[in-house]
Amino acid sequence: MKKYWRRFKNSFFWFSFRRDPVAIASFSILVILAILSFSAPWIAPHDVYESSSIDIMNSELPPAWMEEGSSDYMLGTDIQGRDMLSAMLYGMRLSILIGLGAVCLQAVLGVLIGLIAGYVGGKVDSFLMRVADVQLSFSTLMVAIIISAIFQLAFGLAKYEDLAVPLLIVIIGLAEWPQYGRTVRASVLGEKKKEYVEAARVIGLPRWWIMFRHILPNTLSPVLVISTVQVANAIMSEAALSFLGLGMPVTKPSLGSLINSGFEYIFSGSWWITLFPGVLLVTLVVVINLLGDWVRDVLNPKLYKR
Amino acid sequence: MNTQAKPLLKLEDVYKEFDVTGGFWEQFRWENGRPVRKKAIVKAVNGVTFDIYQGETFSVVGESGCGKSTLARTVTGLLQPECGKIFYDGDRIDDLSYSQKTPYKKRMQMVFQDPYASLNPRFTVRKTLEEPLFFHYPELTREQRLDRIAEVMEQVGVHPAWAERFPHEFSGGQRQRISIARALMVDPEFIVADEPVSALDVSVQAQILNLFMEAQEKRGLTYMFITHDLSVVAHISTRVAVMYLGSLCELSPGGEIFNNPRHPYTKALLSAIPRLGEKKAKHIRLKGEVTSPLHLPSGCVFHKRCTYAKEICTQEIPTPFTAGDNAAVACHGVEQGWVG
Repeated sequence: MKKYWRRFKNSFFWFSFRRDPVAIASFSILVILAILSFSAPWIAPHDVYESSSIDIMNSELPPAWMEEGSSDYMLGTDIQGRDMLSAMLYGMRLSILIGLGAVCLQAVLGVLIGLIAGYVGGKVDSFLMRVADVQLSFSTLMVAIIISAIFQLAFGLAKYEDLAVPLLIVIIGLAEWPQYGRTVRASVLGEKKKEYVEAARVIGLPRWWIMFRHILPNTLSPVLVISTVQVANAIMSEAALSFLGLGMPVTKPSLGSLINSGFEYIFSGSWWITLFPGVLLVTLVVVINLLGDWVRDVLNPKLYKR
Repeated sequence: MNTQAKPLLKLEDVYKEFDVTGGFWEQFRWENGRPVRKKAIVKAVNGVTFDIYQGETFSVVGESGCGKSTLARTVTGLLQPECGKIFYDGDRIDDLSYSQKTPYKKRMQMVFQDPYASLNPRFTVRKTLEEPLFFHYPELTREQRLDRIAEVMEQVGVHPAWAERFPHEFSGGQRQRISIARALMVDPEFIVADEPVSALDVSVQAQILNLFMEAQEKRGLTYMFITHDLSVVAHISTRVAVMYLGSLCELSPGGEIFNNPRHPYTKALLSAIPRLGEKKAKHIRLKGEVTSPLHLPSGCVFHKRCTYAKEICTQEIPTPFTAGDNAAVACHGVEQGWVG
C-alpha cells in the first residue's frame, strides 16, 4: 500500500495536478458537491421524501434573505412547499448516481463490444460497428423518450416512480455506448499490430487472455478521458429528460425535474425554484468537464502544453 | 550440409498473399464502360521451399520488402500461408487451429525487431517472463517460476534484481535481452529471430549477437535469422538464403555464399558491401527499380534488372537446382552456364 502511495506521489499525474490550479479547484468543488449530495439524508435541513413534513402553506417562499423569506428555508421553497436546499441536495445525489451508473453501463458495454470488434475484426467488426452507427444516428433523447414513454404506459405511473432510477440508467447507458465502443475499437486496432501482441500469440496465450490482459490495459487511457466527459453528458441527458417530464418524477426530484417544476412559475416571480438547481447543475457539469480536459491533457503526452 | 540429419523445419512451396484492396466498394473499377471487380494482391512470399536442420543458424537475407519478415511470421504461425505446407519435426503445422498449435509454441519461439514495441509497457519484466511459464508449465510453483526467471535473466545478462521494473526503464539493448529471455523461458529448441539487431547500435548489436550464439551453444538451439545486414550474416550463419521479391534466389553454406556467389542478384548484393582498402568501387549497378510485388513479372522475378537476362528468363520461372557444394540456385543462366 505504501509502495503504491509513493509511486502515486512520484507520478506525473500527481505532479501535473499540483501545478494546475484549474484542476485543483474543479476537483475540490466536485468532491465538496459529491460529499454534500451523498450525505444529504444527514445534513439536509428537511427530508423531502417524507410527505408528512411538507406543508402546502409554505409553498413558494422566497430565499431567507428576502423580505417574505423564512429562516427555516434558506433557499426558499418550491411549489409544493419543499425546502429548495434539501431538494437540491437530494436531487444532486440522484443526478450523480444516474450519471455514474449510466457511464458504468456504457463503459462495460462499449469496452466489451469495442474490444471484440477491434480484435476479432472482419465481419464481426463490420456488424458491430454498423450497429453502433445505427445507434448513433438516433439522438439519445429520442431513444430515451420512446423507451420511457412506453414504460410509463406499460407499467403505470406508480411503478414508474420506484423504477425510475434504474430505468434512466439503462436508457442513457444503452443510448451512448457507441462512444466507448468506437474509441476502444480504434485503440485496439492500433495496439493489436504491435509486436508485444504478436509475441503473446507466439507464446500461445489464449485469445481472451491477450484481449483482456494485454490489449485492454493499454487502451484504457482514452476510456478514462471520455468517462469524465460522459458523466457530465449523462447528467445533462438525465436533466434534459426530467425537464421534458420523462425523467425523475416530481415526488423524487432530480436537478432536472426541479428546474422543470419551477419553470412554470418563473414569470410569476418565483425565480429561485429554477435558478438555484440550474446553477448547481451547471457548476457540476462544468467542473466535471474541466477535470476531464485536464485528464485528457495529462494522459495524452502528445498534447503537452507549455 | 549434412544430408543425413533430419530437418527440424520443412517448408514446401509456401505462398503468402495479402489483399490490400481495402473495402468492398473499392474493389470496383470502370473498365470499357462497365464495372469490373478487381482485387489488389501483394504476393509477399512465392513458392518458398527449404529445410532447416537441427542446430544450425539459417539466415534469410534480402532487401526491404522482399518478404523476409512475412516468411518469419508464416513459419511461427502468426500468418496463415495461402498454400504450401510447413512441417515441424515431421508434423504438419500450417493447417492447425490456434489452440492445436499450443504444443509447438513451447518448442518454437520468436524474437522481434523493435525492442520498444515488443514488450508490453504495462507489464513488469517478471510478469512478462512469468506468463509463458504460467501457460506452458502450469505444474510449477511460484518459487520454481521465480527461480527460473532469475536464472534466465542472469543468462541473458539482465540483473535478476531488476525483475520488478517496467520496460521503459531499460535501454534498447537491455529490452532486446528481455525479449530473448521471454523466448527462452519456455525452453524452446527453435527460435525465429526477425531482424533482432537492426534497431540497435552497432556496439550493442555485437553483444546481442554474442548472446544469441552463447544461448545456441548452451541450449543447442536452432535459429532462423532474418536480417538485411550482411555483416551480421557473415558473423553467425551456417547457411544463407537470399530472397528477392518473395522468392529464394540462392541457398548456400555461409562461407560459400561470400566467396563464391552464383546468382546474379547475390553477386550484386554482395558487391554492395563496402570493403576496407578498396581502391575503386566495384559495385554491380542494377538497372531500374525493385518491381512492385503487386504486379510480379512473368518468369524469373529478377529478369527486369538482371544484366544476364535472356528470352527464357521472361517466360519460365526458374526452379532451384543444386550447384557445387550444397548450394541451390534458382537461375536459368547459372543452370545453362551463361552466367559465370
